[in-house]
Amino acid sequence: MSQLFQEAIIISILASTIRIMTPLLFSAMGELITQRAGIWNMGVEGTMLTGAFAAYLVATATGSLWLAVLAAVVAGALMGIVIAFMTATLRVDHFIAGLGLNLLAGGLTLYWFQSYIQGRPQPIFSGFQDVAIPLLSDIPVIGPVLFSQRALTYVALLVVPVVWFLLYRSRYGLELRCLGENPKALDVKGLSVSARQYAAVMLGSAMTGLGGGFLMLGFSDRFLADFTAGRGWIVIVALIAGNWRPKGVLVAVTAFAFLESLATHLQVVGAQVPHQLLLALPYLASIGLLMGLRFRSGQPARLGIPYARE
Amino acid sequence: MSTALRVEGLTKRFAGVTANDDVDFDLRRGEIHCLFGENGAGKSTLSSCIFGFYRPDKGEILLHDQPVHIASPMDAIRHGIGMVHQHFVLVPEFTVLENIIVGTQRSGWRLNAAEARQKLKGICDGYGIDLDLDAYVWELPVGRQQWVEILKVLYLDAQILILDEPTAVLTPGESRVLFDIVRKMCARGMSIILITHKLVEVMQSDRVTVLRKGKVVATLDRPETTPDELARLMVGRDVFFTVTKPELAPGETILAVEGLSARGFWGDAVLKDVSFSVARHQILGIAGVAGNGQKELFEVLCGVRRPAAGSIIFKGEEVAGMSPRAMMDRGVGHIPDDRFREGLVPEFSVAENVVLGWQRNPKYCKGPLMDRDAITGLAREMIGEYQIATRDEHVAAGKLSGGNAQKIIIAREFLHASGLVLANQPTRGLDVGVIEYVQTQLLKKRAEGFAIVLASEELSDLFNLADLIAVMFKGEIMGIVDPRTVTVAEVGVMMAGRRGETAASKKRVSA
Repeated sequence: MSQLFQEAIIISILASTIRIMTPLLFSAMGELITQRAGIWNMGVEGTMLTGAFAAYLVATATGSLWLAVLAAVVAGALMGIVIAFMTATLRVDHFIAGLGLNLLAGGLTLYWFQSYIQGRPQPIFSGFQDVAIPLLSDIPVIGPVLFSQRALTYVALLVVPVVWFLLYRSRYGLELRCLGENPKALDVKGLSVSARQYAAVMLGSAMTGLGGGFLMLGFSDRFLADFTAGRGWIVIVALIAGNWRPKGVLVAVTAFAFLESLATHLQVVGAQVPHQLLLALPYLASIGLLMGLRFRSGQPARLGIPYARE
Repeated sequence: MSTALRVEGLTKRFAGVTANDDVDFDLRRGEIHCLFGENGAGKSTLSSCIFGFYRPDKGEILLHDQPVHIASPMDAIRHGIGMVHQHFVLVPEFTVLENIIVGTQRSGWRLNAAEARQKLKGICDGYGIDLDLDAYVWELPVGRQQWVEILKVLYLDAQILILDEPTAVLTPGESRVLFDIVRKMCARGMSIILITHKLVEVMQSDRVTVLRKGKVVATLDRPETTPDELARLMVGRDVFFTVTKPELAPGETILAVEGLSARGFWGDAVLKDVSFSVARHQILGIAGVAGNGQKELFEVLCGVRRPAAGSIIFKGEEVAGMSPRAMMDRGVGHIPDDRFREGLVPEFSVAENVVLGWQRNPKYCKGPLMDRDAITGLAREMIGEYQIATRDEHVAAGKLSGGNAQKIIIAREFLHASGLVLANQPTRGLDVGVIEYVQTQLLKKRAEGFAIVLASEELSDLFNLADLIAVMFKGEIMGIVDPRTVTVAEVGVMMAGRRGETAASKKRVSA
């Protein structure tokens, strides 16, 4: 292999790492907000899928990608209301609520999709294109990797410091983290725990939905059954691996995206490895990680435990 | 003296149970007024109504002789009522400052810590409270965590403070400091409601309102009453605080522990070089604030936790590292501290709990099946013998009161134990009457020739029952002392980490 070819491959791997990671980043930051508020939302997969489907629907119906983005956000927030209603109001087991939501989303999106196309060939749309940032995108290596990406990618990278600021420097963040650590501390000050949980889950799920929508609008032109293909589960693993901290989650998401990008490129260059194995790489990595990971110091103390006054 | 708060004819019912029945109560400005009563007497319900956690079904709450409507803790706080809960409501992962300010800021996006810090500095200086506002709460010992709770209330400018069993987790020394500061608050015009079932706390107050079964039995000026009178009013009959312990010469050594160490989940040392021995007819008391290794010690002794080093000789046999089942088979009875989580299975019936752990015993099974008749017979026998108040043996154990649940555990462990009983906090949270019963049962076993290891946070338990008291602090034994020659204050100092002159350390030197 020539040196030029090697360099092109490396740039391509890195650029696609960033591409793959940004939808995950929206969803992971959303789930981070949800979980820091004490709600262990297992419905990430379903929320992303619903966001993706809503984006597809609006993109093909109106032709406006930004309206489609909005639709994904709204769809995510609606899923958030369902999760919040089940966990904060009905105090259902968080895992069961999330798993139920995933099944519901898988079935409903398919049903709506079928009724939308009604046997016609499915409409397609043309998604977001790369926006090269002038000057910066001309820098060798870094330019094509970082500064020649989809518009939402730049937003996604900004979301990390914004979420960090929200969690650690705003009074809302202090209350939100308090929900996850000891909601009673808010209750005894006369503040509504469930209202704050609703707000947190809706904000978090809206971001998760946006992640699904971006996955659709940035990297596809059509809807397929099980479109998100387990990325929602990767998000949950990334949260655990990132020890529930924005920076840690960023690192974890990047690592998963890199593995996926690597797997795709190894197929292209024709490595002597069965491609099924390569495709399974990120998922195998997450299983290995969960088995090896005992370090959970950042896990909110009351994560997944419904709050009730005794 | 003016009235800060008055409760008139307050009634609160829960699903048919009347927790407060026509309660009248008044709190004068600047006084410490104690609400005194057993578990379930209605103290907590009354304070929860005042703090806005519950809404009374009937009756009125008046502040400065004006009726007020308190629908939530928010209303209570607005009216200057603050509460320090028995189980602290703190976020260990937050700093002291964050714990105090969370949820108090009403405007702006950014956390405004500087202003809060200023105000808190003023409060701390005024009361002589020395607390690092930037320390994480998990770093603080329990005694200091209580200051955080008190600062939370002072920060919100409370004029009325409800203290719910404030000394439950404090050493005697810490309790004294607490009451010094509470007195300072009173001097500045604050009024204190002190909720307790402990006589030592009652004696710190100015007036006492005794509750029994949801009703006010009496309101008394504290200097004009006696502990005996208060206890009689609380329980409704005479109570004997000192069970009589006969002098018995210790027999041969039953349990000898030498150099025992154990590690926690994170590899931290939870037991460090613990040595002691207990003989027939002997009760070894373990004193210490909860969380100083007592639980781990009992877990190691009954086989649930593996020791990292050291030896445990039971009746001449090395048993360190044996399984819980092997320990049970050898006759070690264990009364764990958390009765509803480790002592029994709350969802199981009384009968199932009585036989729990011995279901493999041929007496209670027929091949792979449980012998229902035998188990029922046993349960009925135990219900009678140990006066367990239950409708029948099929009631779920979780439905019983703490005292009756404890009796199930005692019945089961006493039935099978031979030689050694390990009792961790057997009287925790129980009413005076049941405490007396548990103490009597332990003394009975002692008379029968058992060796008993008894851990208790209640020094009165230990001074009543124990032949020797070992004081634990951070997984170590600070000293083993004779209750006949040592004072409560001396034990208190050791509980806070000072080493005492001990039988064990003397032995170490000579060995």
